[in-house]
Amino acid sequence: MARILGGLATSHVPAIGGAIAKGLQQQPYWKPFFDGYGPVQQWLAEVKPDVAVVFYNDHGLNFFLDKMPTFAVGAAPEYRNADEGWGIPTLPPFRGELDLSWHLIEHLVAREFDITTCQEMLVDHAVTLPLKLFWPEGDCPVAIVPVCINTVQYPLPSARRCYALGQAVGEAIRSWDSDRRVVVIGTGGLSHQLDGERAGFINKPFDLKFMDSMLDDPAWATQFSIHELVEKTGTQGVELLMWLAARGAVSGPVRKVHSNYHIPISNTAAGLMAMEAVA
Amino acid sequence: MDRYPPIPGTTVFDGQQARKGYALNRMCFSFNEAANREAFRADEAGYMQRYGLNEEQARAIRGRDVPGLLAAGGNVYYLAKFAGILGLDVQDLGAAQTGMSKDDFKAMLVRANEQPDTLPT
Repeated sequence: MARILGGLATSHVPAIGGAIAKGLQQQPYWKPFFDGYGPVQQWLAEVKPDVAVVFYNDHGLNFFLDKMPTFAVGAAPEYRNADEGWGIPTLPPFRGELDLSWHLIEHLVAREFDITTCQEMLVDHAVTLPLKLFWPEGDCPVAIVPVCINTVQYPLPSARRCYALGQAVGEAIRSWDSDRRVVVIGTGGLSHQLDGERAGFINKPFDLKFMDSMLDDPAWATQFSIHELVEKTGTQGVELLMWLAARGAVSGPVRKVHSNYHIPISNTAAGLMAMEAVA
Repeated sequence: MDRYPPIPGTTVFDGQQARKGYALNRMCFSFNEAANREAFRADEAGYMQRYGLNEEQARAIRGRDVPGLLAAGGNVYYLAKFAGILGLDVQDLGAAQTGMSKDDFKAMLVRANEQPDTLPT
């Protein structure tokens, strides 16, 4: 059976793509952010995962408001990056893992999650930049299964539902008849708001409490409604749903490998966590 | 649809907004393609007409009026692609919406570090 090695969670911000393309990692503005990834890269080099299941939210690349799935699971042989309209250089395609995709899809539907299955799926910076941050050198060494959660058009799925989705994904991975080593990634957040008069809103104490809860009390954030999460973390801070789903997939106790929190990158409070599953 | 208690300075993108802003967001979605960005630059009025923007939406696009675009049903995930055409980043948008200069807006973000580390109990 496949094994879950642990969970990774990170913010994704389009500007990171520009910084990578221009080689700005050691510039004073970017250094405290990029330096956070070193220990995580080292851990990944030690545990050598084969596959990553990536919970992310699409920013209007693959999905538009004409059809907006609440949960969508990739079942594509490869996932292409494409122009998002604001000038980030695109990255080469990422390999899919079709056996796990279909195993996940069957398991999730059996567990009564009504998902959208995507045999073609463009992936935006929310998938590509975290993979580049975790594996900066050369081609991405892991095959991926993207799982998209709607954070664009309300109503959004509740924190409780996203955590349960993650738990079901974790069950599916553990029941996958394969010797592959899997990591689960959640990308988004932490607190930030791009729109309206409250643009620039950041809630540091909430973010730090949320990061702590990921270790010992992973269901903590499920006590809040979506509206409460928006109020506490900003309209885009609600992307912390991805972290919650990833933590749900790891399920049991975890050991903290590394974490980093840095304000600001662009308009965002950037968080990073790596958690090793404790067998 | 006042199902949600208001959050100051925040518009939740619910079904009502999605209905109101559909044409505007659809046009902004098209800006994923470079050829469409060029076509918009070449003939803004014609491009907006092709996507069926109403007068409120067209006025907000013409005026580069971010609060107006949000009020007209724009969703920030798609509006950001319009901002990209203008060479603006999300900090420019933040400054425009809060009435600050970009430097002041950036300084406000940095000041977020001064918040306490723990939630009040």
